[in-house]
Amino acid sequence: MRAYKPKDDVQAKAYYTDRFYVAPQMPKSSVEEDEVFASDLAAIKEKFEVKEAYIQVEQMVVYINAHDIYGVLELMRDELSYTQLSEMSAIDWLAKDNTFEIFYQMLSMTKRKRIRIKYFIQNGEAVDSVEKLFRSADWSEREMFDMFGIEANNHPFMKRILMPYDWQGNPLLKTYPLEGDEFAAWYEVDKIYGKEARDIIGPELRDPAKVDRYDSERFARLGHEVPKGTKITGDEPAVTQSYQEEGGVFLVKKLDKESSVIIDDPQR
Amino acid sequence: MAQVKNRLTPFFENITFDRDDNELVLNFGPQHPSAHGQLRLMLHLQQEQIVKAHPDVGYLHRGMEKMAENMIYNEFMPTTDRMDYIASSSNNYGFALAVEKLIGLEVPRRAKVIRMLLLEINRLMSHLFWLATTALDIGAMTVFLFAFREREYLMDIIEGYCGARLTHAAIRIGGVPLDLQDSFLHQLRVFLNKLPQNIKDYEDLLDSNRIWLMRMEEVGTISTEMALSWGCTGPMLRASGVAWDIRKEEPYELYDEVEFNVPFSDKGDNFARYRIYMEEMRESAKILYQCIEMYEKCEKDGQTDLMAHAPKYISAPKIDIMTQNYSLMQHFVLVTQGMRPPVGEVYIPTESPKGELGFYINSQGGPYPYRLKLRAPSFWHTGILTDLLPGHYIPDVVSIIGTTNIVFGEVDR
Repeated sequence: MRAYKPKDDVQAKAYYTDRFYVAPQMPKSSVEEDEVFASDLAAIKEKFEVKEAYIQVEQMVVYINAHDIYGVLELMRDELSYTQLSEMSAIDWLAKDNTFEIFYQMLSMTKRKRIRIKYFIQNGEAVDSVEKLFRSADWSEREMFDMFGIEANNHPFMKRILMPYDWQGNPLLKTYPLEGDEFAAWYEVDKIYGKEARDIIGPELRDPAKVDRYDSERFARLGHEVPKGTKITGDEPAVTQSYQEEGGVFLVKKLDKESSVIIDDPQR
Repeated sequence: MAQVKNRLTPFFENITFDRDDNELVLNFGPQHPSAHGQLRLMLHLQQEQIVKAHPDVGYLHRGMEKMAENMIYNEFMPTTDRMDYIASSSNNYGFALAVEKLIGLEVPRRAKVIRMLLLEINRLMSHLFWLATTALDIGAMTVFLFAFREREYLMDIIEGYCGARLTHAAIRIGGVPLDLQDSFLHQLRVFLNKLPQNIKDYEDLLDSNRIWLMRMEEVGTISTEMALSWGCTGPMLRASGVAWDIRKEEPYELYDEVEFNVPFSDKGDNFARYRIYMEEMRESAKILYQCIEMYEKCEKDGQTDLMAHAPKYISAPKIDIMTQNYSLMQHFVLVTQGMRPPVGEVYIPTESPKGELGFYINSQGGPYPYRLKLRAPSFWHTGILTDLLPGHYIPDVVSIIGTTNIVFGEVDR
């Protein structure tokens, strides 16, 4: 029987897993341990529902409802002095419970604190754009749309950013294989010559380290050089190679360590 | 092979070329020497003035985040070199630090000092490269040759350390692989002793140069609000009036033990950014002198450890692997299967030469990161061109792209 491979997550898997291995958890501490975070959380809790909050690696993580994101970030920017949105993106949990987890990494330069705001959305739902608050979200949300297919409502220019506009599929989904799908493999051929040319051109060589020792058109055979285009049968006599004449070629002298000087002054 | 009709042949039937508003759309790039990589800018022009700019990126997209999800942690390290390839050790370091925080590891002091030496050399290399290319874009060929000469010397030092000039992979998770070579400190001292005079030479050529001032002063002014809103970091933010340096504010490694200043300006224009790069080079030299002293003190105190001791995550030293059975087994497992960090997530920012380089890692306890997000500063420094360029003239585009110091390995990842 063929081994079962889950189709909803085609990423690399550990080939050895111990059935009894329980992965340790990174420690989480309570928000009350840090005064600044505690007061920030209280300010957010006053106006919005907070599902969960904790501190991990000196940064507070706050889970909120998806529809509150604009309000929360506006409050954080205007009243709590979190003036920069460092980063935002999504995590694909489609295989687990058909959701995406969205995170916003906020930075306050006056308090020297970082907060991560997170929420979940169902597959197919859109997020609210925060581009009006932070211009950096303009490109982040486009990247998220490009990589995960998550659209942002009220975004001024919801287009792909890294992949070509006519690309199919979202590369960072767990269902998207590392080497790309069929569309990715034939993208250039289909676009330039059409699908009917696939057979003529053939698949792209995806292994840059591949050397075909019987192909004298494209590869040199080090130590067994033959003229280009020679048909190789495998019984060629070995050729002894020498790359430098005795005593050196004209103008190129062999290194004489005794008489050479090492220069360590950059501007001699 | 049979010739098949090329489908990219332009089809002009329903495109009209005359526009009644006299607006011209100019494609700048993606193959333009002063775009510093594969940047395509669609510029809407009224005569010579830009009314709308639309940066188009992604020509160097290699899907590093995807690659990271399919690689064990140590395997990903050389890939980070290809982000900001002008200062690749700073990417190595950002990733190594993020994984160390994830597994809760303390790096030996000697390794920390070596890392700081490498980081600051990389910062100098990056700033020298920035100065050279920007000056070349503006027409100052001499500065280009001068700055590349100094950068070359630094690359030689790095080459002596790790064998590579551009893609170093010189830092490992848990420490550094090698001790400094014998000539490292001497070569570095020779370089540093000359550096103040070199910087002064550049400044003599540029600071009061009429052309340089015309291209730099009052051009590409970024206000503080705009810089914050666009997520600008590093010299871009410091030139716009915010003295925010992660090395100072959230110190990592031994940056809290060294003395240095954070230069900043409230002008926000090209010239302010140029001044910041120059001052930062001086500060880097100051840090390097202190690092040399720290390294010599480590040597005197007999602190020889280069890698952290954590058998669960980090391979034992070579001598142990070759002599002790358990270390060999541990090493075999770590190489073939990879380390398995605990379940959790971290976002670790570091101050790379370009700005805040952050690594967000979400680990689910497996040997591969479940999600890894690279926060590259240049991504937003390119995005800001959308708002920054309108109102400027065509020649200003070149000087503005120059001073943003964007690297496309980092923008597209």
